[in-house]
Amino acid sequence: MTLALVLAAALAVACVVAVALPFIREPEPESDALDDLDDAERHRLALLEERDRALAALKELEFEHRTGTVSDEDYRAQLGPLRRDVASALQALGRESGEVRPADERN
Amino acid sequence: MPELGRAALLVTLGLSVYALVAGAMAAHLGRRRLARSAQNALVASFATTAVAAAVLLAALLRNDFSFTYVARTTSEALPTAYTISAFWGGQEGSLLLWLLVLTGFGAAAVSLNRGWARDLIVWVVPVLAAVSTFFAFLVVAVASPFATQTAPADGAGMTPSLQNPYMLAHPPLLYFGYVGLTVPFAFAIGALLSGKLDERWLIATRRWTLFAWAALGIGQLLGSHWAYVEVGWGGYYAWDPVENAALMPWLAATAFLHSVMIQEKRGMLRVWNVLLVILAFSLSLFGTFLTRSGVVNSIHSFTQSSIGPWFLAFIALVVAVSLGLLFWRLPQLRSPTKLESPISREAAFLYNNLLLLALCLAILWGVVYPLLSEALRGEAIVLGRSYYDFFLRAFGLPLLLLMGIGPLIAWRRASFRSLATTFRWPTGVALVTGVVLLALGAGSSIPGLVAYTFSAFVITTIVMEFARGTRARKALGAASWPTAFGSLISRNRRRYGGYVVHAAIVMFAIGVAGSSAFDSVADAKLARGDSMRIGDYTLTYSSLDERASANATEIRATLDVRRGDRDLGTLQAGKNAYTIEEQVSNEVGIRSDKLTGEDLFVIAEQINPDGSIQFRVFVKPLVNLIWLAGLVFLVGSLVTLWPDRREQRRLVARASEAGIPATS
Repeated sequence: MTLALVLAAALAVACVVAVALPFIREPEPESDALDDLDDAERHRLALLEERDRALAALKELEFEHRTGTVSDEDYRAQLGPLRRDVASALQALGRESGEVRPADERN
Repeated sequence: MPELGRAALLVTLGLSVYALVAGAMAAHLGRRRLARSAQNALVASFATTAVAAAVLLAALLRNDFSFTYVARTTSEALPTAYTISAFWGGQEGSLLLWLLVLTGFGAAAVSLNRGWARDLIVWVVPVLAAVSTFFAFLVVAVASPFATQTAPADGAGMTPSLQNPYMLAHPPLLYFGYVGLTVPFAFAIGALLSGKLDERWLIATRRWTLFAWAALGIGQLLGSHWAYVEVGWGGYYAWDPVENAALMPWLAATAFLHSVMIQEKRGMLRVWNVLLVILAFSLSLFGTFLTRSGVVNSIHSFTQSSIGPWFLAFIALVVAVSLGLLFWRLPQLRSPTKLESPISREAAFLYNNLLLLALCLAILWGVVYPLLSEALRGEAIVLGRSYYDFFLRAFGLPLLLLMGIGPLIAWRRASFRSLATTFRWPTGVALVTGVVLLALGAGSSIPGLVAYTFSAFVITTIVMEFARGTRARKALGAASWPTAFGSLISRNRRRYGGYVVHAAIVMFAIGVAGSSAFDSVADAKLARGDSMRIGDYTLTYSSLDERASANATEIRATLDVRRGDRDLGTLQAGKNAYTIEEQVSNEVGIRSDKLTGEDLFVIAEQINPDGSIQFRVFVKPLVNLIWLAGLVFLVGSLVTLWPDRREQRRLVARASEAGIPATS
């Protein structure tokens, strides 16, 4: 009983320390604000997602054309719109903050 | 040390409440240290729950019958493995397991994502904490596993049907599945609360959903095999409410795993995906409620309990709050992209989703109908096997076919000329298969014949996808065919792992169709030396023996089995009489043909005092494909779950470009 109570008390103290740790480590921080995304960053994230989605779609179309799932006729019909999607996504990003390399190209 | 267990759970409850309140305040007020403190509380709650779990496990292993739970679920004679499985064999222990897995998954999800999705995690923590507060409250105040009593000389023992090796894995896997669905739910609600409805919540939860879905799938299959070998009625799935309770969230999660691809690739179905996540989690809670409340008659309902109203209230709260948040965020969730053509891969995925959801809701109606009829008319009307079989055929067979159709259609739109080319081989193989099977006499069951024909279509599609993909990779510069094959899978694990899972579903469908549509059964009362025939088999009852095991008396009849002129050896079937539990179980005899996948299944239904036995014998063609499908399903799931470094790099790069620091 006594041992159990001692162990329980030690557990509770350890938990209190764990919970209080951020305040113990930084008692007086320069800023306590969450580094949240502002509206511009969120818009930029949406544009990046759009760009990566368009690029991935283009890659998939190329691959499925190679495998034969997409016929020559369908490939030609879809290639133009997909390229335009990529171009407009890149332009939108470019307008936002100058030239941006697609994430796909770095891999 | 029940005091330590109780105290640990009390601390877990305190930490969960703190994580909920502090987490919500931190998210609302934008306080960094408070948010981090709430996250630490969530992680610490896993440690305290683990301490409580260790206390209960130690009590079970020491046969400490001063713990009411231990005395009620175990006995001195119970083998150690089943003593461990008693942890989740009773209500209080299984709720503690829920809490342990939940806090563990919560801690892992927070730790893994607090770098690249830090701003989202802040909102996820209070949601995870809210769910963990509910379960912590249950084990502290309503159903404590640490209630004590004056220790009796021996425990009451375990229900005999639970004394089976499958019980070591089946319930924990189901719990991994149920609880795993909490993570995508928490991220979805966190995204709704914060308004951060970009793709990160989907990406962060994709593997959690896959893991939960795979665990639910494998857990159910293990449960089916348990029912097949242990319950002793000759089947593996009885549309039991608790079996259905695990199937429903699995179906909802399956729909989500498909529709999430449409959101990722086309930016569509954003509302639908959130709805599916809410549905899957609510159904997982409903499943736990059905299993543990004793509200329905089921082979799984081992106890009547008082937790039902708490669960119902929590489910109602979850559904109401989730739908309210979804409604609130509807304007932000509307997709600018529309379906371009009803003949496209995304359309095929959409049809798949509608069929999965229709099947899920039909099963849900079958589960709740007896409860509603009892509440409204005072009489529980149970919808029988024919109800479920009808909907399984009506929705399941088109679903099977769609698994083969989807990969053959291009994204966005496909021309008829393109379809004519891609459908040529699968259609040809399917038609030839159907005609050959019809000629061989498979027309005795039209649904069975249709299932086999559709299966041939799907398998041809899968083989073609792998073959064409490998050829394309080789053409793109892979050094050898094996390298090309490996590169094909590693570059798109989800797609090709998914095809392996589809192959498993086809094997499963073939096994189910074979063993249910084309099986045969025979009943006979035999005295020693008598024989009976079923199909090509002849069974001769040769002897009856009795022996004592650690915790039961085992009575076994031995039958000599012949097929035509071939001697296939002997088969034993009988009963176990459990002394402490005062129960008798059927112990069936099964002979599996490894070449054809067929089972000869013998039940000794009644053993008479004069030594004569009433036997029931089944021949179940292809039934072993069902269990083999489980292994293939596991392989496919592992392929899809395997970490993709290329994708990770891409995501980190994207987050960094958006201004989100990659490290915490």
